[in-house]
Amino acid sequence: MFANFDWDVIIRSLPYLFLDGMRFTVMLTLMATGGGIVIGTLLALARLSNIPGLSPAAGAYVNLIRSMPLVLVIFWFYFLVPYIGQWITGASRPIQVGAFLSALVTFTLFEAAYFCEIMRAGIQSIPRGQAQAAQALGMNYWTAMGEIILPQAFRNMVPVLLTQTIILFQDTSLVYVISVTDFFGAASKVAQRDGRLVEMYLFAAAVYFVISLAASYWVRHLQHRIAIIR
Amino acid sequence: MITISKVSKWYGTMQVLKNCSTEVAKGKVVVVCGPSGSGKSTLIKCVNGLEPFEEGTITVDGISVGDPNTNLPKLRARIGMVFQHFELFPHLSVMRNLSLAQVKVLGRDANAAAEKARKLLERVGLISHAEKFPGQLSGGQQQRVAIARALAMDPIAMLFDEPTSALDPEMINEVLDVMVALAKDGMTMIVVTHEMGFARKVANRVVFMDKGEIVEDAPTADFFGKPRSERAQMFLSKILQQ
Amino acid sequence: MSYKWNWGIFFQLSPDGTHTYLQLLLFGAGWTLATALLAWAIALSAGAFIGVIRTAPVPWLVRLGNAYVELFRNIPLLVQMFLWYFVLPEVMPQVIGDWLKQSANASFYNAVICLGLYTSARVAEQVKAGILSLRSGQRMAGLAMGLTLPQTYRYVLLPMAFRIILPPLSSEFLNIIKNSSVALTIGLIELTAAARSMSEFSFQVFEAFTGATLIYIVVNVVVVAGMRWLERRVAVPGFISMGPPAAAH
Repeated sequence: MFANFDWDVIIRSLPYLFLDGMRFTVMLTLMATGGGIVIGTLLALARLSNIPGLSPAAGAYVNLIRSMPLVLVIFWFYFLVPYIGQWITGASRPIQVGAFLSALVTFTLFEAAYFCEIMRAGIQSIPRGQAQAAQALGMNYWTAMGEIILPQAFRNMVPVLLTQTIILFQDTSLVYVISVTDFFGAASKVAQRDGRLVEMYLFAAAVYFVISLAASYWVRHLQHRIAIIR
Repeated sequence: MITISKVSKWYGTMQVLKNCSTEVAKGKVVVVCGPSGSGKSTLIKCVNGLEPFEEGTITVDGISVGDPNTNLPKLRARIGMVFQHFELFPHLSVMRNLSLAQVKVLGRDANAAAEKARKLLERVGLISHAEKFPGQLSGGQQQRVAIARALAMDPIAMLFDEPTSALDPEMINEVLDVMVALAKDGMTMIVVTHEMGFARKVANRVVFMDKGEIVEDAPTADFFGKPRSERAQMFLSKILQQ
Repeated sequence: MSYKWNWGIFFQLSPDGTHTYLQLLLFGAGWTLATALLAWAIALSAGAFIGVIRTAPVPWLVRLGNAYVELFRNIPLLVQMFLWYFVLPEVMPQVIGDWLKQSANASFYNAVICLGLYTSARVAEQVKAGILSLRSGQRMAGLAMGLTLPQTYRYVLLPMAFRIILPPLSSEFLNIIKNSSVALTIGLIELTAAARSMSEFSFQVFEAFTGATLIYIVVNVVVVAGMRWLERRVAVPGFISMGPPAAAH
């Protein structure tokens, strides 16, 4: 059954797949995670704040993003970012944005909505007494948040944040719909150019599987160690 | 009726039951007591096969519990069990809790099952709560329903695993009264409990366990009058101080 | 901005001559819902089964269930779609492969099966978590009455487990609706694909995607409301949580 398949195509395209494709995927994942957590945490603070209008606004953004498919969000930002660039820089025409930048903005702002909910749960899980103790010591809001609440919230949510990162790693494959070359895009290009769909797609699936599985085992191991320390 | 012979059980390398042997004749009530971790709950769960055991034999009405050929569901249908946390099925009304097993296990007709359920609810004083759900009942009421549920199967013997330990003090007596009435009606019972007043009232024998072993096994009067082992003496003195 | 807005575009005829752009979007929404509902049926049945065997007292069944879940969770949905649509026909015997490639609505069937199985792994996780959250005494009480293990699952454990996991299950249902958009890569003209096609033909990019976004939001709201109604309908009176038994006072 597998006699007609040319498995060498995988070996031949390894440099392209990994040096170009996987590099893009990993960079996008890491940067979107970093940016997403930062913006997500700010969104979470906004949702929990008492400043009039801030909580509903942040809530509206998060609920809007979470009700849309990622594919649709990718299309939105693909068309929107050049116009935003034009608006920000005051240029006369929409700015040509590179594929990586467009994808980065998309995934960062998309993941921020999900990280927001994770961090919100994390912050709310810290007992009220902690904030009260910080206030009793005279700390203001930002100091109390930065020194006491957020560090604890982070530590509690590390496994969930990491799991969300693994999901993001898999979701980056959707840049396919705007013809951006990530790892899967690279595999797809080779597949179509050489007519080797079966080999390349199976290989891509196997690579994602191994990386995601290893990462999730590591997270489980981490959870185990954190639980013991408590 | 129930014979426990040289039963030993391990959880991994830890031995939780050590060579336990005792007997419960028909119509008799045996109370099993002892400190936490003594294995009394584990032992009673071995009697109806909810917990497996590695050595020894247990027979109920001549049927061997540990035998792989024994039809366990069929045997369990003939033994009633009441749990510490009541374990009523929260998504079913009181009536349905009582009739479910009658219909599904004994194959009784739905009307006959409902009739039986009503009679039992009257017996335990809860007929007015028949259509309520477990979450709407107090702990004492739930446990009385649980006893009725076990009785609905017309069991030849009843096992009680710390039936009052999870109850608020003011509800303990309403449950114990039902159990005393059951004993006086001639039910064969094994009761794991700390309620020594109950033991004195209706138990024929008291079995004292400590660290997985049966340390003392004596008629009630002897156990309370002159316990032979030092451990039993210490346990009694602590318990009876309350 | 140099972009020309034209909200009337929805009521103009699309290039196919018979339908307005709005109707095209609605057809797309129809395909989205059809895909989601059929896939959900698969996801629920397979997921419940796998979730149950992962809690069974039979070690090899548990391992099988775990392997199933790991397989579908660690490969991106897009890659799974491509495997079903492009790779499966190639590794099947020639006759079956050709039939698969030529059937009309191939993208629809592939999308349904792929999405269904992908989501079933996530449903299995929820079902397992739901069953394990029940007090162990519930299973023992069922067995103690003489119910067999399958009967205990059917009458005691699963009814409560499903009520407990209704909230995360409804999230999964919303996810399946969103994930159906990935099928546009294998040619299914669901809502997002319809919007993209509208934007390509009419050049009214933002109107097209706003239309699709609004439809997704409406679907979201309807589903959430529906789920809340369902939760209220099957709620068990007096039940608060599966901790020590709750007593009403």
